[in-house]
Amino acid sequence: MKKPFAITLDVRSSLANHTGAWRSERPVYVDGLPPCNHACPAGEQVQAWLYAAEEGDYETAWRRLVNDNPFPAIMGRVCYHPCQTVCNRAELDSAVGINSVERFLGDEAIRQGWQLPDPAPPTGKRVLIVGAGPAGLSTAYQLRLLGHDIEIHEAGGQAGGMMRFGIPTFRLPRDVLDSEIDRLLTLGITLKLNTRITDLATTMREGGFDAAFLAIGAQLSHRAYIPAGQAARILDALNVLAGAAEGERPQLGRTVIVYGGGNTAMDAARTAKRLGAQDAIVVYRRTQAQMPANEIELREALDEGVEVKWLRTITQVGDGVLTLEKMRLDEDGRPQPTGEFEELAGDSVILALGQDVERTILETLPGVRIVDGVVQVDASMMTGCPGVFAGGDMVPSTRSVTVGIGHGKAAAVNIDRWLRGVPSTPAVGGQVPVAFGSLNPWYYSDAPHAVRPRLDAGRRVADFSEVVGGLDVDTALYEARRCMSCGNCFGCDNCFGVCPDNAVLKVDEAHGYAFNYDYCKGCGLCAAECPCGAIIMQPETS
Amino acid sequence: MTRQTVKFYQVGSRAVGNRLLPADLRTEQSNPDRRNALNSGHRACQGCGEALAARYVLDTAIRVTKGKLVAVNATGCLEVFSTPYPESSWQVPWLHSLFANAASVATGVAAALKVTGQDDIRVLAQGGDGGTVDIGFACLSGMFERNDDILYVCYDNEAYMNTGVQRSGATPPAARTATTEAVGPAPGNPFGTGKDMARIAMAHEIPYVATASIAELHDLESKVERAMSLRGARYLHVLVPCPLGWGSTPADTVRLARLAQRCGLFPLFEAEHGEVTNVLPMRDPVPVEDYLKPQKRYAHLFGDHPQPGVIAALQALADRNISRYGLLPSPAGGEVTR
Repeated sequence: MKKPFAITLDVRSSLANHTGAWRSERPVYVDGLPPCNHACPAGEQVQAWLYAAEEGDYETAWRRLVNDNPFPAIMGRVCYHPCQTVCNRAELDSAVGINSVERFLGDEAIRQGWQLPDPAPPTGKRVLIVGAGPAGLSTAYQLRLLGHDIEIHEAGGQAGGMMRFGIPTFRLPRDVLDSEIDRLLTLGITLKLNTRITDLATTMREGGFDAAFLAIGAQLSHRAYIPAGQAARILDALNVLAGAAEGERPQLGRTVIVYGGGNTAMDAARTAKRLGAQDAIVVYRRTQAQMPANEIELREALDEGVEVKWLRTITQVGDGVLTLEKMRLDEDGRPQPTGEFEELAGDSVILALGQDVERTILETLPGVRIVDGVVQVDASMMTGCPGVFAGGDMVPSTRSVTVGIGHGKAAAVNIDRWLRGVPSTPAVGGQVPVAFGSLNPWYYSDAPHAVRPRLDAGRRVADFSEVVGGLDVDTALYEARRCMSCGNCFGCDNCFGVCPDNAVLKVDEAHGYAFNYDYCKGCGLCAAECPCGAIIMQPETS
Repeated sequence: MTRQTVKFYQVGSRAVGNRLLPADLRTEQSNPDRRNALNSGHRACQGCGEALAARYVLDTAIRVTKGKLVAVNATGCLEVFSTPYPESSWQVPWLHSLFANAASVATGVAAALKVTGQDDIRVLAQGGDGGTVDIGFACLSGMFERNDDILYVCYDNEAYMNTGVQRSGATPPAARTATTEAVGPAPGNPFGTGKDMARIAMAHEIPYVATASIAELHDLESKVERAMSLRGARYLHVLVPCPLGWGSTPADTVRLARLAQRCGLFPLFEAEHGEVTNVLPMRDPVPVEDYLKPQKRYAHLFGDHPQPGVIAALQALADRNISRYGLLPSPAGGEVTR
């Protein structure tokens, strides 16, 4: 067609002009790794379940949570929440109270009677789980969901392991513990109590088991030789804790000394206070910085009036009086004796010096290696004995309920592969968690952390009532919505709005957004204005 | 303007939309069926603030007028990049005549609609800062004083950009342009020059004057909506960062608009009949350096020969705005939306 003078274009819409040809970088939607997910020892998809909770859809949130962890109500009470330590929101105001929302979801599930997912059809494989603590129960749960037939053999009279015998009731009420364990067992898991295994190979052969998972924990208390007088009263922390949890109320005297610096020591000291001790004094041979106890536990203990004597060892226990030796740290940070002594009044001493793994069951197994008192496992959590896996406190790790639950999930995946004859593939790691710097925090509303109600310290030590309260519906919703959804789109429409070229398409609520690369000039505004860093710019290759 | 406090929604009213917000509290730009008055394929530079602002303003005006809107455009970037004749990006009835006469043409369109009994069709005139504060100034002042029923929108990128970044009456002090080079004892645009068009418009005591920013979308849309609810002469002045003329990264366009407001150099307010009726307080104020540093047009204030005195003078301008309009954050710090 002949065009008029100085006219080169046709009469048309600018849609004919594909400005995407200008682009040297293209925006791409990504699903980043939120730091909370990365830090969770139980492998929870924290951001994903908070996403559902943000909408007030607590059941979906809970269902996403129990994919990885069958015990949200327990976890929301006893977990030391490493997720919150790394939460990017801390750089803005304060970390999201992930743990408190988890507890809310767990309690809501118990109130509403939500049930765990149905197991897959039977596979015909049988797995023996030894020990009904967090690791054993978590493994049983995950394997049961995959359709395997599961039998748990527990030496004690009740399921729960350290959750029942090691954690005081003022941190974890037993009705909560019982509800979550009972709900898990209704999936069709056989639990044999008071069944101590002495010869694993025989038990497996006779029971027709195809694989076994050992999670017997570490329950033998460390001993320390302390010269003691006739009248000295020396107790073991685990016995005190287990007894108190069962309702025993022993007379420990006016002043109770706890020897050790771990979480068990903190729990023992707090328990002693509740048993009527006027003074509970922790004696620890190093400094606060080196203390293995979680700082939350230490803080709660100090709030309740527990005292700590740092850099001291107990050298002698007399009648109502102890001799302590002062320590100093050498260049390597190890405590060294100074030869200086002091006396401390004390009516009883509770030893909380750590625990060892009981080895009886291991001695019958060929190939199992024990180093530094713990069982060695490979990347698939299998011991040196084929088909026998192990996890929880008996393998090298940080000893906590959350870690045990994470071991259970990891072991279950690998046991399932082993049962199906699929070689275990090493975990694809290496994804770097989303950093605060890749967010655009301007868009997030100002919102300080919702604080959970706590009993005041004076009332706490009066009895064994739960110390930390839960969130109500409104505060749980508020807290969930403080999540910045690091690295994962949460549907704010910013990319759709800020594109000067209308090159972002809104697919629908469920499928999010897409780029129209015919018109995207690659300016990067969408990536810069994405609050959560879910868009990255990639160089064009051609 | 009606504003209400909303309950806590993760990104509340700051983001474009938000899946948690009820649809009526989201912006028009979050609406998948928005008009896209300025269609894809336009020839604006990467990260153009003006292209963004024009779509923001017109989409909202089209929504509130239910599509009964005519746009008149002055010559300038917006006209050049959207309409290389006879191709057009506009999805709205659109008219261009000359650089100087957009306000007068709009007056004519409004008069024609009135005498033909179609004054349900509304008229919006738009131009850049050159076509508004310099070349079209007389026509615009006339439109104001006659109180013609038009919303005039100025997209202010603070210089003549498509002709090669020459200084305009809206270029801020100290900024480098092609005609105010960063040389000599007082480099860049001289202090004491230029004009504040929003305040000039207010001096006409017209029904409505407001400033807006592409970084505050809820605020911008509410101002367009308010303007379209009124009759008579109305004026909206929108700050639109220009990567080319400001020497900034295209991805920083919205960020710079935000920093301009957070430092106080570009106050956001509304005025009716010559009186300020509303201001948007600064949230998390910043010093002017934060705004100036990412822009190469101010590079001569930093680097090897920093000019702390000039920066202090610019900070004084920001401080004057802060006290004049009362921009300091309110202690309550509530979340506000339309």
